[in-house]
Amino acid sequence: MLLLALDTATPAVTVALYEAGRDGGAALAASDEIDARRHGELLLPAVDRVLSDAGRGLGEVTGLVVGTGPGPYTGLRVGLVTAEALGAARSIPVHGVGTLDALAYATGLDEPFVVATDARRKEVYWARYADARTRVAGPAVDRPAEIAGEVAGLPAAGAGARLYPEAFTGVREDLPAHVSAVALGALAAERLSAGEPLPGARPQYLRRPDARVPTGYKAVTRT
Amino acid sequence: MADEPLVLGIETSCDETGVGVVRGHTLLADAVASSVDDHARFGGVVPEIASRAHLEAMVPTIERALAHAGVAATDLDAIAVTAGPGLAGALLVGVSAAKAYAYALGKPLYGVNHLASHICVDQLEHGPLPEPTMALLVSGGHSSLLLAPDITSDIRPLGATIDDAAGEAFDKVARVLGLGFPGGPAIDRLAREGDAGAIRFPRGLTGPRDAPYDFSFSGLKTAVARWVETRRNAGDDVPVADVAASFQEAVTDVLTRKAIRACRDEGVDHLMIGGGVAANSRLRAMAEERCAAAGLTLRVPRPGLCTDNGAMVAALGAEMVTRGRAPSALDLPADSSLPVTRTHVAAAH
Ligand SMILES: [Zn+2]
Repeated sequence: MLLLALDTATPAVTVALYEAGRDGGAALAASDEIDARRHGELLLPAVDRVLSDAGRGLGEVTGLVVGTGPGPYTGLRVGLVTAEALGAARSIPVHGVGTLDALAYATGLDEPFVVATDARRKEVYWARYADARTRVAGPAVDRPAEIAGEVAGLPAAGAGARLYPEAFTGVREDLPAHVSAVALGALAAERLSAGEPLPGARPQYLRRPDARVPTGYKAVTRT
Repeated sequence: MADEPLVLGIETSCDETGVGVVRGHTLLADAVASSVDDHARFGGVVPEIASRAHLEAMVPTIERALAHAGVAATDLDAIAVTAGPGLAGALLVGVSAAKAYAYALGKPLYGVNHLASHICVDQLEHGPLPEPTMALLVSGGHSSLLLAPDITSDIRPLGATIDDAAGEAFDKVARVLGLGFPGGPAIDRLAREGDAGAIRFPRGLTGPRDAPYDFSFSGLKTAVARWVETRRNAGDDVPVADVAASFQEAVTDVLTRKAIRACRDEGVDHLMIGGGVAANSRLRAMAEERCAAAGLTLRVPRPGLCTDNGAMVAALGAEMVTRGRAPSALDLPADSSLPVTRTHVAAAH
């Protein structure tokens, strides 16, 4: 199984080629860039670089894995549409993995903890885990103060937790701040090898689009 | 001709997910998924709703276009995509999809200008564009007069709206009259039952000292609203069909007058009209009349090719291939304010 994994749901533009066999798996090449404004420009060149670093062609890839968020929408969509288009153009199946789940997997923790990423507007996307593989709450989007009671004291990973240490009092600098496609690929490989189906590449927005219905007709003349 | 380039074009600059397939000047497929109904209750296009709809529709619309054209993706010679101008988040969905297809298929990628595509689409209907061509582009997002000596590399803006786009004025007047969104088709329909000479609405920027090729529709829109409100406040009935017809007459009068003047001043004998407002029946009729009187040849694509679509992007992409223009790089950005003078975004060397 040769998986091309990518995630653009957060400021991280991350791509990895992950190979898995009977006795485990390993990343053959990876690229991690942090740039919240240039997902669209960075992603495809990173895919190309990762494949050429690994000396493999897209034609050898057996599955695409894409982070489904939650995350700020514009970046999130770049990864999803790219994975879907690569998959459609080369008839490669596309699997979705939650971005917070991949971050959680990368912690390797065997105890309860939380993961949080920056949702902007003074909110975080977050989820709670029993261990690195088991999500028990979320994903959700909230103001840190509103969930302080649920997350205080728990080990916390992710840039969102680091932003709000007053709520995430157990935040740990040794846990990853950003998602890596290596973890995304490893988690997907583990699930697929175990025969667990992965969801499709559906975006997790968690918020409704910003749109207001206009409030009646505004007169131009004063009466 | 078999040696004409087979090109897939992707357009996501606003609320239509458009994918077209052309071979040279021949249209093979034009698939469109529109989110216009999702925007209607907001009275205008909501960018985030449009972007979400693009993501849902993107790959299925590409597959549908390829199937309809009866070609395999591997047969394509190039992928073209609208790189701008347009809504940033919406553009990014199309640009990302185009890159992925181009990369996966090992085909050149052309990030092209949306406005240039609106002009180029007429090649699918009326054959090669004469050079230079004068183009009047009118839609909800733009109103411009463009001189195009070479559609792939040289477009010169002569004038543009200084406030509202023509299509925006249609939407706003439709709201004043209590018609739905989008306003263009509703006003066009209603105006057929009205008297276009009933009310003399102002013609913006048509004075002797005004910029000859610029447009202004904001004053007209306000004049219509004021006229209607004065009637309503006096308790009188509003003759909506007459208002619609008179407003439409004012818009089309200014548009055609300025376009014909530009042709005359620049010594160009062809006028091309494109963009969503070019679907307006009164604009088409008046342009025909006045072009004939001025000895100009008028080219207007059928309404389906005037509104945003992928075929127009494919048409310009095919022209880029034919003329040997340099393709774009994989780091091609979506540029929401791409100037019309940048007909395409070639890779830096
Ligand atoms: Zn347009």
